Amino acid sequence: MLSELKPAILATIVFTILTGLLYPLAITGAAQALFHRQAAGSLVESNGKVIGSELIGQNFTKPEYFHPRPSAAGNGYDAANSGGTNLGPTNSALSDRLTKDAAKFRDENHATGPIPSDAITTSASGLDPDISPANAYAQVARVAAARGMSPGSVRALVTSRIQGRDLGFLGEPRVNVLKLNLALDGK
Amino acid sequence: MTPNGWLQIAVFIALVALCAKPLGSFIATVMEGRKNFLSPILGPFERLFYRLCGVKLDASGQPEEQHWTRYAGALLAFSAFSAIVLYALQRLQVWFPFNPRAFSQNNVSPDLAFNTATSFVSNTNWQSYVPETTLSYFVQMAGLTMHNFLSAAAGLAVAIAMVRGFSRHSISTIGNFWADITRATLYILLPLSIISALFLSSQGVIQNLSQYTEATTLEGTKQLIAQGPVASQEAIKMLGTNGGGFFNANSSHPFENPTPLTNMFETFLIFLIPGALTYTFGKMVRDTRQGWALFATMTLLWFGGVLTAYHFEQQGTPMLSKAGIEMSATADPAQGAQSGGNMEGKETRFGIADSALFATVTTDASCGAINGWHDSFTPLGGLVPLFNIELGEVVFGGVGSGLYGMLMFAILAVFIAGLMVGRTPEYLGKKIEQKEVKMAMLAMLVLAASVLFLAAASSVVDFAKSGYWNPPGPAAANINNPGAHGLSEILYAYASGTGNNGSAFGGLNANTPWYNLTIGIAMLAGRFLMLLPLLAIAGSLAAKKQVPVSAGTFPTHGPLFVGLLAGVVIIVGALTYFPALSLGPIVEHLIQ
Repeated sequence: MLSELKPAILATIVFTILTGLLYPLAITGAAQALFHRQAAGSLVESNGKVIGSELIGQNFTKPEYFHPRPSAAGNGYDAANSGGTNLGPTNSALSDRLTKDAAKFRDENHATGPIPSDAITTSASGLDPDISPANAYAQVARVAAARGMSPGSVRALVTSRIQGRDLGFLGEPRVNVLKLNLALDGK
Repeated sequence: MTPNGWLQIAVFIALVALCAKPLGSFIATVMEGRKNFLSPILGPFERLFYRLCGVKLDASGQPEEQHWTRYAGALLAFSAFSAIVLYALQRLQVWFPFNPRAFSQNNVSPDLAFNTATSFVSNTNWQSYVPETTLSYFVQMAGLTMHNFLSAAAGLAVAIAMVRGFSRHSISTIGNFWADITRATLYILLPLSIISALFLSSQGVIQNLSQYTEATTLEGTKQLIAQGPVASQEAIKMLGTNGGGFFNANSSHPFENPTPLTNMFETFLIFLIPGALTYTFGKMVRDTRQGWALFATMTLLWFGGVLTAYHFEQQGTPMLSKAGIEMSATADPAQGAQSGGNMEGKETRFGIADSALFATVTTDASCGAINGWHDSFTPLGGLVPLFNIELGEVVFGGVGSGLYGMLMFAILAVFIAGLMVGRTPEYLGKKIEQKEVKMAMLAMLVLAASVLFLAAASSVVDFAKSGYWNPPGPAAANINNPGAHGLSEILYAYASGTGNNGSAFGGLNANTPWYNLTIGIAMLAGRFLMLLPLLAIAGSLAAKKQVPVSAGTFPTHGPLFVGLLAGVVIIVGALTYFPALSLGPIVEHLIQ
């Protein structure tokens, strides 16, 4: 083993330079040049100010906006502290939260039917930018009432913002909450 | 479960199967040191590496062949030295550039730095740390990205050495470690990573060295958005079956895995090299049917896992139904589509099918990346990743480690078959004798002991008096969920560490000296106490004569062998872990 120590030390240095510095820095340069917007985080600006990223969920609580899923990242949608609740399927803490949030969801949206499965569960990242189309439709009446718009026009806006499965079969249909709310604000 | 979900799962395995032959033969060409289409460009770099690293060359200018003990010595020396460097980099990060958040040694305690160093050198990538609040960009690149490459290259090297044990005869050497890791890195991992990183970055995975972005949201609150060189690490994290995320939320974070397309691509990258290595194996032992037999066994075991996880996650839990949540998927356009099932800890864009597939694949392999929290899975949905890890991650498995693990099971399978018919077992023309079986059993037992003893110790140990090792109180108090699920969290932690997986039932607060050190030890034991017996087997086999095929030879390329091998994997895993599993996920399922 001792006779192999010299190549071990040298190989650590050489590989650190190649795979730990040259490779990521070259990719950084190439990505910045080729995919500048994506590499910087797909940031969304309004009047020259950054209002968020289209990939990162942000919190909405006002009735006139569509609401995202509950978040466990930091104190909610903390994009420098991602994570989930890690609550298990038999934990009474989860049961209590679900009961509370289900009542709130039904109350806010005057909903009576089954609740869409994403609406009161927390996401994995705590930064989920999307909600399901069913969740968005369930919120239409509330948003329309708060904005004095007709439910039909808000519903049509939601429908126009539904993003289908990638390549027609990958993942799930979804609605980006930030983009939908920007469209509501006419931005 | 939806037809669309099954279509995705079918497309996934078809992609893995389609790439097995072309990539597998390329890997064989590279690892045997023959000329390939990249040689004109990379050949000079390869020779430059040997010169820079002081690798001894033989008379023909090739790196000198090594006996298995010397090969193992090189592996240990390299792992030990590079782990020490990684420990130092973390503790000294304040002195290096690319540190916009000014992280210092105050963010990384000595036990945490030890845990992370062992975690990355052993290809585990268990994350006790929260990356975005702990490590500078420099450490993530020069420390972690480098180990993502080299721990995968080392795994691949050992697998190839093991295959040489079968393909050579009457030779005392099994290859050169330095040549193997250099070739694996230069010709295989680096080119594939460059292509993958650029593709991921085109789809929205970030790649920058900027300060975190401060945004003012539509409702006027502040949101601080973490940044960093993610795409370059993401590519090798999946391809090298490493699994250590740039962010705490790993591949569920939209900056690591922004769309269902990137998700399919990342899931595919996990199985790409392990799938191809079965073909490499077949090619090197000059009978590709042998490789396809392993591929078939792995596909069978993979499918059982996906089926179980998908079924139970879609079915949901009584608790979710009681809250009034819709459990079946709806696609009706008027009502609006939604995925149904257990969406706690899962992302909307992935839904149930992609999350169940990812959880199965990442634990079949020793990857350990996650796109949804396994801790929040249903009891039996969460049993799948846990049991996959306990099987030894031989279902495709890690880069290299999957193949050498499966070869270890193949040795046991022919041994058991030999016992049944009363003949000396053979595999690929090599007599499997006392030494091989002893070494294979040693590796098996070390893994089981590390998982079960350490999990048992953590369940009972108490720190009433001292505050250093753990906050006062029993170590079992670090769990996030009470009852049977809490035991699953502890069991999963040591299985994941020992199995070099790195995924977690993430609720367990593992960032205390007790857990950091014991899981660190589990990771070292699981990696090196498995590698050494297997290298010993490789050395012993390479020295043996080839036995000609006779009428009494048990064919190891047909359905009978596939069934036997899958059976041995399942039975050994079930016998070892059933008692512990029945106290965790199984009882939780019965009482939920």
